[in-house]
Amino acid sequence: MKSRGYNGKFLEVDLSREKIKVLDLEEELLEHYVGGRGVAVKFLWDRLGAEWEKVDPLGPENLLVIAAGPLTGYYPGGRICISGKSPQSNGIIGSTVGGEFGVDLRCAGYDGIIISGASKDPVYLFIKDEDVEIRDASHLWGLDGKKTLVRLTKECRDELKRRYPRFGEWKDPSILYIGPAGENLTRVAVVMEKWTHAAGYGGYGAVMGSKMLKAIVAKGSGPLPDVYDPVKTVSLINRVYDLCIARDGMRRWGTGSAGYSVGYSLSSEPIRNWQEEWHDEKSFGVDRFERKVWVKRYWGDYGCPTTCLKIAVVKTGPYAGAITDNPDYELQAYLGTNLGIFTPEGNVYVSSVIDDLGICGINGGNVLGFAGELYQRGILTKDDLDGLELKWGDPKAFAKLAEMIAYRKGIGDILAEGTFRAALKLGEMKGRDLMPYVVQVKGTGVGAHGIRSKMDYPTPIAYACSVQGGDHTSVARLPIHSSGSELIRIMCDSAVVCIFNFYPDPSLIWKFYEAVTGYHQTAEKWANGDGLRILQIQRAVLLLGGPDFTWDPRIHDDNPLRFYEPLPSGPYKGQAADRKEVEDLKRQYYEAVGWDENGIPKSEVLRKLGLESVDKALEKVRERYK
Amino acid sequence: MSKKSAIWIMRDLQRCSGCRLCEIACSLYHEGKIWPEASRIRVFKLVPGLEFPHFCTQCHDYPCVNACPVNALSVNEATGAVIVDKEKCIACGKCIDACPGRIPHLHPNGKYILICDLCDGDPQCVKICQRAKYNVLWIVPRSGVEKQCRLYARTPEEITEELAENIYGKFKEVYK
Repeated sequence: MKSRGYNGKFLEVDLSREKIKVLDLEEELLEHYVGGRGVAVKFLWDRLGAEWEKVDPLGPENLLVIAAGPLTGYYPGGRICISGKSPQSNGIIGSTVGGEFGVDLRCAGYDGIIISGASKDPVYLFIKDEDVEIRDASHLWGLDGKKTLVRLTKECRDELKRRYPRFGEWKDPSILYIGPAGENLTRVAVVMEKWTHAAGYGGYGAVMGSKMLKAIVAKGSGPLPDVYDPVKTVSLINRVYDLCIARDGMRRWGTGSAGYSVGYSLSSEPIRNWQEEWHDEKSFGVDRFERKVWVKRYWGDYGCPTTCLKIAVVKTGPYAGAITDNPDYELQAYLGTNLGIFTPEGNVYVSSVIDDLGICGINGGNVLGFAGELYQRGILTKDDLDGLELKWGDPKAFAKLAEMIAYRKGIGDILAEGTFRAALKLGEMKGRDLMPYVVQVKGTGVGAHGIRSKMDYPTPIAYACSVQGGDHTSVARLPIHSSGSELIRIMCDSAVVCIFNFYPDPSLIWKFYEAVTGYHQTAEKWANGDGLRILQIQRAVLLLGGPDFTWDPRIHDDNPLRFYEPLPSGPYKGQAADRKEVEDLKRQYYEAVGWDENGIPKSEVLRKLGLESVDKALEKVRERYK
Repeated sequence: MSKKSAIWIMRDLQRCSGCRLCEIACSLYHEGKIWPEASRIRVFKLVPGLEFPHFCTQCHDYPCVNACPVNALSVNEATGAVIVDKEKCIACGKCIDACPGRIPHLHPNGKYILICDLCDGDPQCVKICQRAKYNVLWIVPRSGVEKQCRLYARTPEEITEELAENIYGKFKEVYK
């Protein structure tokens, strides 16, 4: 194809047969599905759609799709999208992670990788331009995140030096990897890059683990693919630089300023498994993190002028030696306040443990909080927890439970299934309904932004109607072409752009996209055309579900029960989600995206989008709810 | 440009955010493309959190220039930069071995060596680092620092080790 923003190639790796080939992409696919989440959704539908319900997300039949987008490397701030049939939702989640991997992969000549089958023994994939190899990883299997990364960096740099001795010093290749939680197929396992960024939502660390794939290493020596309009592209890069550099608060504190402020000022932060959403714990202020634990004040991914991340080290006390990127808001909330932890040291420690294990900070924190509440209520006892006293605010206790989850020890084996599935199983064991304590939507823990105070951005249907369930970066919102809507987030995840560099001027993504690819899009056109097509496929597979669980939109297009309980404290005390309002908004949203009264995409809408096969597959779902 | 305007890029590596804006600016200027491996300044990340830019320090005795068997390297008297004659360079790598920091590297096309040329006195990496307020790189007159320059020519491993000492302190060995 014509070179404009794409390599036009994916690597295709069959781990069962140990076969590697290069897949040429058709221009039509790129024009309509863009890249990242969009292209992943299209591949997954084409290859697995016919028997979607039977595909075990943790079986060799699942595909792991790793997809950059045309803006990867161009739009400031490097990210890549990871996808497949999700072991959390049984649908498709586009899960992005920051770093340099996408740029290295694109410079190696590929826009993405499709991994099928499963290896018998632990392996990693090594990519250096056209040299691609499946290599033994038995010496890495079982290692924690940081050890995996450091050893693999050294091993692969040595390998590059051995193969290309004249080059000089090789930079580190980019590495996507999993920890023990992924190896042990926990549904809360992440795919990581650096230490520690994670593609969290979706549970794709377990998909990598099921394929015995410990890591993917990439070093590309070429340039990024040529663009349609180089002059305009550079001028847009500079525009984004200026906008981001001007955002001093975001640069200085990152989202980590919210660990205090979202609780205090917005009353929408999860506290002790969402029993409360308001706090005034100044001990958890960003200034405390800064003075106590930051050792790097600005830390960023490829080409990022914001660098909202920081590196934290606990230097003294019982958690000394904990190293991680300073918890961002989500991890401050889920591994801090949600566990009753209100100190930077405790929060950094739990985050560091979670990172080493390869557990998702959000979904891991969600299930830890769930267990914490069951312990508080006496539903889970010390005996159930192998002697662990799971008291709110005890970092060591929650870290220990995280370890039990990652290694599936004791009750960890059940909790490793994620909050929803664990609640079903524990509910059965305990003979009671545990759903009131489950804060998730369609298998995915809800992001750390509540809806009860109505002060934060998620609307009452934000999670209930999202095709990515609890994912706070992909929420349902009206109008569907607004910059915070799921349709537009599909563009961010498909072009693969960091939403924090997208916010300052959401109109730039379309200009950028056109300068790089030559394709014209607008928010309205996208939300009613190509973007909507991707949304419909995601909705369809979410409804098809299986094999262990199938969502009923009449029941599961809803908020967690907890959100209907009144807030017990703070300035918005007494407020709760309102059932009638949720129902009204749901109807409006269904109408706007072309779903029928049961939330199933309408036949005529699908056909207009050219999705006949999706329409046909949904016939049985329509029949189910007649 | 007169000799007294010769410059040096002062560097404070501990502040590096690993953002790679310098690499992007460098490769856009020299190659007209975003091309990480063809950038004359390269950000290494052997351990996360210990990122740093690795680029020519213009040693006062220019060991690379002296080691070149085909006279492909010369010093720009005005700026102090090492200039590579792409036509003469045989990509033998002798300058890499001569450099105390193993800083030069081959262009990915394999044909010639890449060494920072100070953008003829107006380094693009410095401009973007300053514009983004990271202040890892800034320009000083070469006259006051000439004898110190060579100290900064360290290998990626050496620099990583030293940064680890400073940033991770007593925990620097934990993840080895």
